[in-house]
Amino acid sequence: MKKQILFSLIMVVGVSLVMLHSCTKSVAGRTDDISALQPSKTDANAGTWKPILLNAPDEFAVAAPIATNSPDYIAQVNEIKAWQKNISEKEKEMVKYWSAGAVLRWNEILRELVAKHNLPPYQNADGTYPFPSANNPLAYPLFPFANPPYAARAYAYVSAAQYDALVAAYHYKKLYNRAAPYNVDASINVMVNKSDLPSYPSEDAVVEGAAVEMLKLLFPGDQDFIQQKATEHKNARIISGANVRSDIDAGEALGKAVAQKFVTRARGDRAGAAIGNQAGWTQLENDAIAKGETPWYSLEVPKRPPMLPLFGKVKAFLFDSLTMVTQIRPGPPPLVKSDKMKQETDEALENIKNDTREHYRIVHYWADGVGTATPPGHWDAIAAEDFIKKNYSEVRWARNMALLNMSLMDAAIVCWDAKYYYFNPRPTQLNPAIKTLTGIPNFPAYISGHSTFSGAAASILSYIIPENADKYNAMAKEASLSRMYAGIHYRADCEVGLVTGGKVGAYAVARGNSDGAGN
Amino acid sequence: MKITLWYPVTGRLSVLSILFSVLSITAMAQTDADAIMMEKNNFCTGAMYSYSSWKNYWEGTFKRDNANFGTVSTKMIGIMGNYGISDKLNVLFSIPYVQTKATAGTLHGQKGVQDLSLWIKYMPFEKKIGPGTLSLYAVGGFSFPVTNYVVDYLPLSIGLRSKNISLRGLVDYQVKNWFATAGVTYINRSNIKIDRDSYYTTELHLTNEVDMPDAMQYQFRAGWRSDRFIAEAVLSNWTTMGGFDITKNNMPFPSNKMNMTAVGVSGKYNVKAVDGLSIIGGGNYTVAGRNVGQSTGIYGGVFYILNFNKKKKTTEQSSDKK
Repeated sequence: MKKQILFSLIMVVGVSLVMLHSCTKSVAGRTDDISALQPSKTDANAGTWKPILLNAPDEFAVAAPIATNSPDYIAQVNEIKAWQKNISEKEKEMVKYWSAGAVLRWNEILRELVAKHNLPPYQNADGTYPFPSANNPLAYPLFPFANPPYAARAYAYVSAAQYDALVAAYHYKKLYNRAAPYNVDASINVMVNKSDLPSYPSEDAVVEGAAVEMLKLLFPGDQDFIQQKATEHKNARIISGANVRSDIDAGEALGKAVAQKFVTRARGDRAGAAIGNQAGWTQLENDAIAKGETPWYSLEVPKRPPMLPLFGKVKAFLFDSLTMVTQIRPGPPPLVKSDKMKQETDEALENIKNDTREHYRIVHYWADGVGTATPPGHWDAIAAEDFIKKNYSEVRWARNMALLNMSLMDAAIVCWDAKYYYFNPRPTQLNPAIKTLTGIPNFPAYISGHSTFSGAAASILSYIIPENADKYNAMAKEASLSRMYAGIHYRADCEVGLVTGGKVGAYAVARGNSDGAGN
Repeated sequence: MKITLWYPVTGRLSVLSILFSVLSITAMAQTDADAIMMEKNNFCTGAMYSYSSWKNYWEGTFKRDNANFGTVSTKMIGIMGNYGISDKLNVLFSIPYVQTKATAGTLHGQKGVQDLSLWIKYMPFEKKIGPGTLSLYAVGGFSFPVTNYVVDYLPLSIGLRSKNISLRGLVDYQVKNWFATAGVTYINRSNIKIDRDSYYTTELHLTNEVDMPDAMQYQFRAGWRSDRFIAEAVLSNWTTMGGFDITKNNMPFPSNKMNMTAVGVSGKYNVKAVDGLSIIGGGNYTVAGRNVGQSTGIYGGVFYILNFNKKKKTTEQSSDKK
């Protein structure tokens, strides 16, 4: 009896130990632990690079900084020292987190906001759907519904505003040439990589200020979270000894002022009207019928109005609407009743019947559906993780992110234009036996959004990092193919989408070639 | 209670890991969770079929249906076995094949072999106390996926892919043919990997690895048992120790806080004509839940005991001595 109790005790203790051992299972993110940004070149002349909306880098004035031997400046240096004297572990972590790069971290924050908000509203009791309201963002449904076009536009505006604000900041850095605090007072303990770049105005605060100002418009219901990140960011720069408070204040003010110009553009870019209305939705259907075509229908139950049918009218960054319609808009898809369409519908059925594990891997890796950062966010993640390895300066980070995200937003515009111009049904609408490997997005099939986004992203990223061109093209092709494997797109949607996205990317490449940044 | 030697394994089928669709099956008769031991050198094996389905589910605490799923069903065929190393020490296994399907919407159903579960079950204590017999059991379990099935596709995934280590304590008290069993289980779940390389829970994670919260399972069963029949009512609860709620109109995720309470009945019959053969059956219904489907399930199975003892006597006869 005693022996048995002893045995059972040993067993219990043994299993418990195994369990405790396997309890240490917290999961680290890929960019949690990256080292502090150390630009391979300072890009000190970035004040001469071509801005996107600014007329000139000094369009918004920045006052001359106080002298580094003034009592006020010395007081600001003492603020750094006082903070460092009582630095907490949490503050050290904050410094480490933000030192990885301002553009990188705000891009990650934006992806997080998009993923949080990428949820289609739940239906009303009568089977209709409510729409989020920017004026009441915290009421259900939360504003915004950050679907792929909304997200693409958000990434573009934030990146573009940060880029222009940094061009302006680098102009003033060179103009005023005030050294970083650690170059003024060698006794400061510097917790980031030192730089010869003048620190006034702070590039980090410029990036933060531009982001905060844009996000008031784009994510008005998340201000507590955004302001908390902004405060942490600014404090991290002072605690680390990288900036004095006047660097931060001037940078933040400049970032906000430049972003205001982008906010004004965003308010007038027609995205606010992209939802359309019942009359417009019916019109799309009737137009397709009048053309002798089968119109797209929502496959959701209850039927949901089409996603942002007027997003194709939004003002693009890289080309005007006439260029889009005449140069970029793809030709029509196969007629719904044609043999070609039947053949492509049959192919979709074959694809879902051949639902191998590898197909699921590819479909789900690229799905970027509900509750994710969307395909543009996925491409931002791919780009960001490669940019980290390139050790870009903040301004080059912003420039490359802006080129990528303007491509993605304009790809969304071109793609949505085609989707609603042709209003083509999904494969499952033509053959309900097509059970898909991921959810069917609630908008017409032609052309594939994933393919268009990926074509655009691969094109501009191959320009930015030419040695990765093969990788980006292979990824874009896989992303495009994933939509066929899933049974949610026809071959034509994907192939034409990839080519059309590539055309959009070419406009960004042309801009990159002429913006004075070089590569 | 170790004397009911004909009593078969009545598959738990490692369904602990299919919470969203079929957690309720955990409420089924389950040998790793019951107060029954196989006698030394007896091997009980058999197969079970189960069907469960739900139309309503809990999105966090909000109960709803979803016309884009219709009714989600899970069919399962499981093979399991229980071997008596000694009268007081048993080893058990189960392995299920699972198939899921939604009656509405466009999502593709899933099927495949899920997780292999292994248990060691030990009865350290059995003594007559008061009018009945009190016995205590400790069960250690380990389960792991045996195929590369898709996990991040709830509610149609066939499982959750975590490797689980479980530790269970059971107390059983029997007066004549009436019994009651109470059990508590702690389930430690390993991280899992999904096909995506980032995901949002309550924050964005830039990784394909998902931290699976551990879980507790509680159960209470009571009924009547003899050498030929068992009939019992089962109340069971699964509580996830952490995790997060499905946000409004979002899809479920493997590390959601999945909780459920189910009631069920189960019965076994030892076929008189064939020594060692038994059939089982039962059903269950989910009465409360969070981030799971409100499933109703039925199951049935056939089991046979192979006696590797040299002696001629059947296990059942030998049990009469005790």
